[in-house]
Amino acid sequence: MQISVNGQVRQLPCEITIAELLKDLNLDPRTLAVERNLQLVPRAQHGMVQLVEGDKIEVVTLVGGG
Amino acid sequence: MAIDLRADSSLTIGTHTLSSRLIVGTGKYASYALMAEALERSGTDCITVAVRRERLIDAAGNNLLDFIDTDRYTLLPNTAGCFTAEDAVRVARLGREILEGIENPGADWVKLEVLSDTRTLLPDPVATLEATEQLVADGFQVLCYSTDDPVIARRLKQAGATSVMPAGSPIGSGQGVLNPNNIRICMEYLKEGDQDYPVIIDAGVGTASDVVIAMELGVDGVLLNTGIAHARDPLRMADAMRHAVEAGHQAYQAGRIPRKLYATASSPEEGTITAKPR
Repeated sequence: MQISVNGQVRQLPCEITIAELLKDLNLDPRTLAVERNLQLVPRAQHGMVQLVEGDKIEVVTLVGGG
Repeated sequence: MAIDLRADSSLTIGTHTLSSRLIVGTGKYASYALMAEALERSGTDCITVAVRRERLIDAAGNNLLDFIDTDRYTLLPNTAGCFTAEDAVRVARLGREILEGIENPGADWVKLEVLSDTRTLLPDPVATLEATEQLVADGFQVLCYSTDDPVIARRLKQAGATSVMPAGSPIGSGQGVLNPNNIRICMEYLKEGDQDYPVIIDAGVGTASDVVIAMELGVDGVLLNTGIAHARDPLRMADAMRHAVEAGHQAYQAGRIPRKLYATASSPEEGTITAKPR
């Protein structure tokens, strides 16, 4: 299964949830936000939302800005 | 007469009360460590942050949040880099989600920036208004980065903006407050029958005197970033900006003397032992 994460194509061996994707990426869910196909997925739903073929995922965090 | 200079030093924006009238950005510093020290020196308790893609490869890279005491600072997430209302709303929601995750009180507000083009970084007034309406409907307290046009400033307030933040001059340009008369009219429009409505000068501040001039116009606060971050000595400039915001505010409260064309003697004109020139 193929999805894109932050503009990069990723192959997934099986269906996983957003929570599992973040774990695979070694990311702390408390300091980031996830968007799936332009829709915010609230943190509480990370464990419930299954990724499907073609999903476009954005994982964002805070950086310095004005 | 004893006056408590600190009594009026706090700045209330919507439900947030800040102890400093200076809001400082966290971008463009040579390092996050230098940024942290500059924030400390500036005396601010409110800092802006941007929302960007998590770096998936350079996982060992420094994270902004490792350098910020989120119990001490109220974060103000921005929508910098957005050129449409739709994108600004997306980014605002993502920022809120992150701030909720780190339990920062800034989760309920946003510094809305909807820009027109990359050359001027001037705000797109129409898209800013659209995004304001959507974000207000979504429960945000919206602080609108705007041009210094009084008409759009009033429209943004009518759309429910918690604060309107006119630019002194383009972002990062260091030109200071280019049109003080427009800022004065913005203030009249925004504060008419609503004296406590917060007006903040956002962008264009190059040095301490720019901050003083802004505050002497009677604005409630100044938001700046590059002026400190790109100063030769950011720490010293952060100190200067802290003093400037206080000096300008005190001077505004004190009330300046009117400008006159001719001199007025400070020493008594009676009792002189010398003759006046004819």
